[in-house]
Amino acid sequence: MAPPAQSSRYPSPSQPSGKGEVSDLRLQLRQLAGSRAPGVDDSKRELFKKVISYMTIGIDVSSLFGEMVMCSVTPDIVLKKMCYLYVGNYAKVNPDLALLTINFLQRDCKDQDPIIRGLALRSLSSLRVANLVEYLVGPLGSGLKDNNAYVRTVAVMGAVKLYHISASTCIDADFPATLKHLMLNDSDSQVVVNCLFALQEIWNSESSKSEEATREKEGLISKPFIYYLLNRLREFNEWGQCLVLELVAKYVPSDTNENFDIMNLLEDRLQHANGAVVLATIKVFLQLTLSMADVHQEVYERIKAPLLTLVSSGSPEQSYAVLSHLHLLVMRAPYIFASDYKHFYCQYNEPSYVKKLKLEMLTAVANESNTYEIVTELCEYAANVDVPIARESIRAVGKIALQQYDVNAIVDRLLQFLEMEKDYVTAEALVLVKDLLRKYPQWSHDCIAVVGNISSKNVQEPKAKAALIWMLGEYAQDMDDAPYILESLVENWEEDAPEVRLHLLTAIMKCFFRRPPETQKALGIALAAGVADFHQDVHDRALFYYRLLQYDVSSAERVVNPPKQAVSVFADTQSNEIKDRIFDEFNSLSVVYQKPSYMFTDKDHRGPFEFSDEIGNLAVGVESEHEVPATSVDANETSDLLLSTTEKEETRAMVANGSDYTAPLYDSSTRALPSQGQSELAITNLLGTSDPGPQASMAIDDLLMGLDLTAPPAPASAPPSLKLNARAALDAGSFQRKWRELPVAIYQECELSSQGAAALTSAQALLQHMQGNSIQCIASGGQSPNFKFFFFAQKAEEPSVFLVECKINTSTAKAQLNIKAEDQSTSHGFSALFQSALSRFGTS
Amino acid sequence: MISQFFVLSQRGDNIVFRDYRGDVQKGSAEIFFRKVKFWKDDGEEEAPPVFNVDGVNYFHVKVVGLLFVATTRVNMSPSLVLELLQRIARVIKDYLGILNEDSIRKNFVLVYELLDEVIDFGYVQTTSTEVLKSYVFNEPIVIDAARLQPLNPASMFMQGTKRMPGTAVTKSVVANDPGGRKREEIFVDIIEKISVTFSSSGYILTSEIDGTIQMKSYLSGNPEIRLALNEDLAIGTSGGRATYDYRSSSGSGSVILDDCNFHESVRLDSFDIDRTLSLVPPDGEFPVMNYRMTQEFKPPFRINTLIEEAGSLRAEVILKISAEFPSNITANTIIVQMPLPKYTARATFELEAGAVGQTTDFKESTKRLEWGLKKISGGSEHTLRAKLTFSQELHGNITKEAGPVSLTFTIPMYNVSKLQVKYLQIAKKSSSYNPYRWVRYVTQANSYVARI
Repeated sequence: MAPPAQSSRYPSPSQPSGKGEVSDLRLQLRQLAGSRAPGVDDSKRELFKKVISYMTIGIDVSSLFGEMVMCSVTPDIVLKKMCYLYVGNYAKVNPDLALLTINFLQRDCKDQDPIIRGLALRSLSSLRVANLVEYLVGPLGSGLKDNNAYVRTVAVMGAVKLYHISASTCIDADFPATLKHLMLNDSDSQVVVNCLFALQEIWNSESSKSEEATREKEGLISKPFIYYLLNRLREFNEWGQCLVLELVAKYVPSDTNENFDIMNLLEDRLQHANGAVVLATIKVFLQLTLSMADVHQEVYERIKAPLLTLVSSGSPEQSYAVLSHLHLLVMRAPYIFASDYKHFYCQYNEPSYVKKLKLEMLTAVANESNTYEIVTELCEYAANVDVPIARESIRAVGKIALQQYDVNAIVDRLLQFLEMEKDYVTAEALVLVKDLLRKYPQWSHDCIAVVGNISSKNVQEPKAKAALIWMLGEYAQDMDDAPYILESLVENWEEDAPEVRLHLLTAIMKCFFRRPPETQKALGIALAAGVADFHQDVHDRALFYYRLLQYDVSSAERVVNPPKQAVSVFADTQSNEIKDRIFDEFNSLSVVYQKPSYMFTDKDHRGPFEFSDEIGNLAVGVESEHEVPATSVDANETSDLLLSTTEKEETRAMVANGSDYTAPLYDSSTRALPSQGQSELAITNLLGTSDPGPQASMAIDDLLMGLDLTAPPAPASAPPSLKLNARAALDAGSFQRKWRELPVAIYQECELSSQGAAALTSAQALLQHMQGNSIQCIASGGQSPNFKFFFFAQKAEEPSVFLVECKINTSTAKAQLNIKAEDQSTSHGFSALFQSALSRFGTS
Repeated sequence: MISQFFVLSQRGDNIVFRDYRGDVQKGSAEIFFRKVKFWKDDGEEEAPPVFNVDGVNYFHVKVVGLLFVATTRVNMSPSLVLELLQRIARVIKDYLGILNEDSIRKNFVLVYELLDEVIDFGYVQTTSTEVLKSYVFNEPIVIDAARLQPLNPASMFMQGTKRMPGTAVTKSVVANDPGGRKREEIFVDIIEKISVTFSSSGYILTSEIDGTIQMKSYLSGNPEIRLALNEDLAIGTSGGRATYDYRSSSGSGSVILDDCNFHESVRLDSFDIDRTLSLVPPDGEFPVMNYRMTQEFKPPFRINTLIEEAGSLRAEVILKISAEFPSNITANTIIVQMPLPKYTARATFELEAGAVGQTTDFKESTKRLEWGLKKISGGSEHTLRAKLTFSQELHGNITKEAGPVSLTFTIPMYNVSKLQVKYLQIAKKSSSYNPYRWVRYVTQANSYVARI
């Protein structure tokens, strides 16, 4: 409650600074405390209100604690509530005084009126004072058993509050078990919802310490529990439904029928007026159909209309949140939304954050059939009074041009922009024309004619000026006065940004190679100015050019102005990996920020639903004994389903060659449990084919798991003999958790025998061999020549385990190992054992 | 889970501040306000409803000039939080009758009471005005509604036709009428916001209707209500559901919605058969149904713009607006706006002879022409001539430097979609039970633009 303390530093006339008023209040409260005169409650109300209003505007009224408590003995519920509010706010900073309140709160917890019982219990559990928890356990226990639902809902929340003050007290009182019982049996839906909130929070934080809590946590997405919630879904209010749906999105049905049953059951939730319910439902639909390409696409078609309705109803803020999600879907599957482009037209009165999203969507959905209309619309915005949006629109036109639809007409329009004579329009258009020429050099003739007419004096923005200078250098032979324009630019050397000066140096060099006599003078001035420049990069470049020219002019030309190839695709700013992560975090802030959650939250605050994502980082391998094997599927297809069509084809191709990298291929009814984990492997894989794989894939792992690869292995003498348990067992969740918790003990590179490398045609082969050495595989992936495995092993006598991440390149016969061990002292022994087992592969 | 909730005035004062989890620093309101206030400095126009500062996520919605803010450190659903903020504002309005800074300040204890029950330890409990009634004990201090009339969004129903009881929409759900008796009444408002873009040749480029059937019930005992819509109402013209192409029949008068959604309490048992909605309305104000329509409709206004250059430093703009709706209907508070070239130095206006209730203005700072009309009745036409003087010589096309023309208006008792509430049936408790029923229509401009 207490507002920022700073606000009291700037007292406005309406906000008294405090001191005098507070002591005044104290006096009046004292007078009323003992009084039983009629009407005394009304006077108390007025006083209490004053106290609370001071509290709100940031005046410290904690010194009235004693008087407030004295006045709180009253049957008047309004007074009681104000007193509770006050106490809740100041108890934490006055633990001693808080003790005073225990008495009357405990008595109120036994009041006849359930509302008073509930309110008192809430206040009691909100005191946030550690040494008072002993007084809380009793009332909470009876509150959880109260016959009134309101008291129970309050008590359930009280249990979480207790957990935050003292986790051990909460656990020792066995409250989690009581909550679980209530969650499964209580007739009141709000009690059930609160239990679910509470248990998610408790088990989530307990699971790092206790196996049991981990199990319980995973039980929340088990079939019986999910069905229990789904059956009661209609009883819950809209907020409760959001919570349940969020959980259902994490559930993995065992067969396709189940998928459809759930979707049919939830179908009408798409017509809910609350956007949060609709988005949560959509998330369920998207997750359930990840492995069913056709149905997944149908889902997109189905959710289009409800999403568009939500965007246009409600407040601008709500529609922005929905629009961000629509934006995500449009970016994933633009072709599905191609015919809806008119919905993405900007309205003049929309805030610019909405317009920006819409412009991106318009750019994405442009195709052969709608480009003309979209570009026409964008050109309207380019003349708009809203300058930032006008700029964005011009950029959008340029992006569409780079997508290769109807380039001809677009180039014309861009050139018209240049003739509009608005400085920001010219600036943006210049940058675009430059990009366009890099991709379509064949248009140079038309463009250069127009660009040549632009006076460089009218171009001020560094980016635009740099673009213009680039063109002057690049097309020096086609523009008659290029050397002279460049020369005039050199004269104003000091006034330009470093970016412009760098471009100027290069452009003059290029011009010089083509038209030496005309440029020589400018070059001399530029090099002199450059070498004397204070900016390090400019200085270095000038010096470099100077020495290059000194060495040999024709070599210099080869270096500075080699024949260029047209750029075919400009790099996408965001990797597919990141995009997939954001997609997996649908219906969260990640979508609005366009960043996965690890980029903007710290570990403790990823939200209550994080746990299944954790499991999701790993594909469960076929070798893990008690797991249903059906969970390992080619996820390439599922997770990349909605990349652009070309990418999709690529991915498909990968799946086709690489289908042997997972265990037996299952039909589409089985769904990739944790799609993102698999896509991780898949991506490693994709990178591996074009790139020397290991570094790239490590970079990804690094990102995903926060590995600290730089940690040097601790030198320790290996114990002579290390025996492994041949029947070690570890489930994917625990593996994942341990992997996250443990530091890398050893990073090692080693070699495979040549026979071993040859024998490693599929991941399968190695798994059996390692199993023969008591080393179990929990996940594997990749295709020749790059494979990736996660192994684990357990000591024979104790439960201590070793975890290994192993990347093998069969063409170089090299392996990279990241070993983690619970017992650090034996990690070297294990490493030796592992390497010897690996080196024997293929020879035995 | 939500860490804090607060309401800030336009000046950034805390009106209400509630901390639920204690995991976000106390100065968050100030950090938030600074960020929003200085957002423009970072080259953006206005702060988005959601942003992150140092790991704290700030959500806000603007309601009647106040900022309703929530903070959290957790990666939550933005829709959920923004919806919740909007809902909190509505609950407070249900209680106080009128929502503004003054009413919240006068009733802040009541507001704290509400906040305690709406959210517990950061988790949403309920936003139902109905449910909350049993936990909230403070009586609202109702502020004088009459004083605020012009600012009140409800006032749009009151101009033109005098049939509406003015106090109704600003009445608290818990306060009694003077005399202690509660008046039994129910309001059903069909509110349509229309967006139209005309091309420079007057051709309709895009058009959309976003409608809401809003209900506010003051009925005691929660009787069941049946709401019948047009029988030939059709839903869905595109998309993945099994629908038929009704487009061919458009023009025959049938209403075709692209899509719609419904409030939690609405039962659709007989909707497919006879287009009736049944519901037991909860207390307070809520949308029964939201709908969206892109079917062609007759736009209520046509705008003609003519720009004539008169020499290199002068031009004349002629704006003509024609009302294309029945003559028994009157549109209110029409504002026509048009951005003029940046180098416009002066503008003089000439209204038609005998013009009443019209205002003209040239906004120097934004170079914008503003033409206000108090009333336009159906079938009429109005013209404005503006003579512009420029500070520099014209070059290029003046139409590229000016426009588009945009319009805002309100048309009570008229809706363009032709969606209708055919009847509103209230389950009878006794033969003498006959509550007041108000069914009201209104059309408003959302984005009504004519390019030049």
